[in-house]
Amino acid sequence: MRLARGHVLIGINDETLLAGARDVETALRNALAKSDLAEEIEVVETGDLGGIGHGVVLSVYPDGVTYGGVSVSDVAEIVSEHLLKGRPVERLRLAVEAPTGQPRKQPRIVLQNCGVIDPHSLEQAIGVGAYSAMAKIIEHGVSPQGVIDLVKASGLRGRGGAGFPTGLKWSFTAKGEQVYIICNADEGEPGTFKDRLILEGDPHRLIEGMMIAGYAVNASKGYVYVRGEYALSIERMQTAIDAAREAGLLGERVLESDFAFDIEIKKGAGAYVCGEETSLIESIEGKRGYPRLKPPYPGAVGLWARPTVVNNVETLANVPPIILNGAEWFRSYGTEKCPGTKVYTILGHVEKPGLVEAEMGTSLKTIIEDHGGGVKGGKAFKGALIGGAAGAFVCPDCLDKPMDFDGLQELSAVLGSGAILVFCEDASIVEMLDGILAFFKHESCGQCAPCRGGTQALKTIMGRIRDGHGDKRDLERMVEIATTMQATSLCPLGQSVILPITSALQHFRAEFEARIS
Amino acid sequence: MKELLGKYPATTECMLDMLHDLQDAEPKNYLKPEALQAVADYVSVPLSEVVSTATFYTMYSLKPRGKHIIRLCESPPCQLVGAESLLEILSEYLKVKVGETTEDGVFTLETASCLGVCGVAPAMMIDVELYGNLTRARVVEVIEDVRRQDATG
Repeated sequence: MRLARGHVLIGINDETLLAGARDVETALRNALAKSDLAEEIEVVETGDLGGIGHGVVLSVYPDGVTYGGVSVSDVAEIVSEHLLKGRPVERLRLAVEAPTGQPRKQPRIVLQNCGVIDPHSLEQAIGVGAYSAMAKIIEHGVSPQGVIDLVKASGLRGRGGAGFPTGLKWSFTAKGEQVYIICNADEGEPGTFKDRLILEGDPHRLIEGMMIAGYAVNASKGYVYVRGEYALSIERMQTAIDAAREAGLLGERVLESDFAFDIEIKKGAGAYVCGEETSLIESIEGKRGYPRLKPPYPGAVGLWARPTVVNNVETLANVPPIILNGAEWFRSYGTEKCPGTKVYTILGHVEKPGLVEAEMGTSLKTIIEDHGGGVKGGKAFKGALIGGAAGAFVCPDCLDKPMDFDGLQELSAVLGSGAILVFCEDASIVEMLDGILAFFKHESCGQCAPCRGGTQALKTIMGRIRDGHGDKRDLERMVEIATTMQATSLCPLGQSVILPITSALQHFRAEFEARIS
Repeated sequence: MKELLGKYPATTECMLDMLHDLQDAEPKNYLKPEALQAVADYVSVPLSEVVSTATFYTMYSLKPRGKHIIRLCESPPCQLVGAESLLEILSEYLKVKVGETTEDGVFTLETASCLGVCGVAPAMMIDVELYGNLTRARVVEVIEDVRRQDATG
């Protein structure tokens, strides 16, 4: 391997691509060649560099300088000033901390390698420790039960929304000749794109997480179910799987052991409900994505009626570092009941929308102010919607409360997918709720009557309130319908509609009443 | 069609992939009755089962569509920053309603739930390309760019 004096990392993802990252990359390579620096400075494509909303982002190492909003015309200056003369171009510098191997103010567990390595390169992934957790298991002869016990002891809880303990889920999985692992990458919760950036930034982490899960429950086959709209994620994941297979990391003999494991990508076709685990299973089987009645749970009767574990992308991405560093290490982050970190997407009326990894228990205020750069334009914080459409509204009183699965439950809110949509004083909660109910009406799969009819009725009532034709009983009617749906719907889609409704009314009732009178 | 299907084992497990491939291969971006029948024959299930699957997912269409599919994100983060008026702008500019195809058969206007690029909201996809930070001017520019690219082949 050639040694370079310095590296320029260029963040390539959907967002930077549309800001012209490819043109900047080409210009950079040309400029380096022209200045005879091509041998000395290596240009590396990585995933998200943490500068969302800043256009094309570059990081220069070993200096650890990050540039944002870079255009082709800036390239010559960066090369001549910074890379030749060692003087960073201050006007382009971003305030964001460049990812380094050093301890940071906020720990990165899940996103440790995102934006540091080239996601297309297996060598680089291995260079930062990929597959060493699986190697450790095999080398030390850790039994599947040993892996489950370790994950149980770490206190890792599912990051897809419900927060079910991962080790427990694995231990409930029935033994059978054929067991399946499914990675749920059907990320459809509005405002959530954390899984996309993990898939695009560090696909080998996910593969390793699936391997370890497969080893723990004795599964030889894994599926990654990715949204059909996530073209780049599918491409990068496929590249990573092919490379891992080629290197003998996937296949009949994983790392030359007797453990066989392989992964296949399944591409979705546009259905929010398929994020629900049993719908997802139906979809892989080639059917309509109708949720199944539970129980039996997938752990007993899942894909092709075999025992199946369904885990979220972020959950699986937490597994390799837990195996490597131990349960105690993981528990040193976060709260007692929810150890570790959570990846949030922070959006809406904030200065710096983007991806944030913070310890469980971090307050909403810290996330908005330290990571989101505060409310946009210095306006007042009115509230936030946490957890996507199937989430809940919170008000300024909640700003200081620690956020984890349980802390939010005390506020009748949920952490859900980790999407945080911030509103400033100008936002209309009435319009927001109308949008959310339109979403549910559209995404209800139509299988069970409470949800099919309920989502329609809720949108109709909400629409007339929005247009100023509502009557006084309408707010109560909505709560009544949503309560019935919560009690009788088949799956979490219909059951969770009540969350945004009651929380909006709890905190912003006056706004609705003003539209009615 | 046989060639496309031949890549896959003849089981329902790959039905979604088959439908994607057949739809992508059709210039009008839809699943023809013959395509549905071919899948049914290939995996040995009744046609009704294939139609049942195909009609569930928003990415498939059983009606002819335009050469390019515009998917405007209409989830809350995009709405908060103006997606609703973008729908009007697109609709007005292309002279179609949601779900319709322009007269020249080039664009079909659809809406989609969260595209996962909320950092650059409001956003849309045209085929597999993403476009963000949309404004009236930008939307028009993107549409015209696509038209121009088509013209130059």
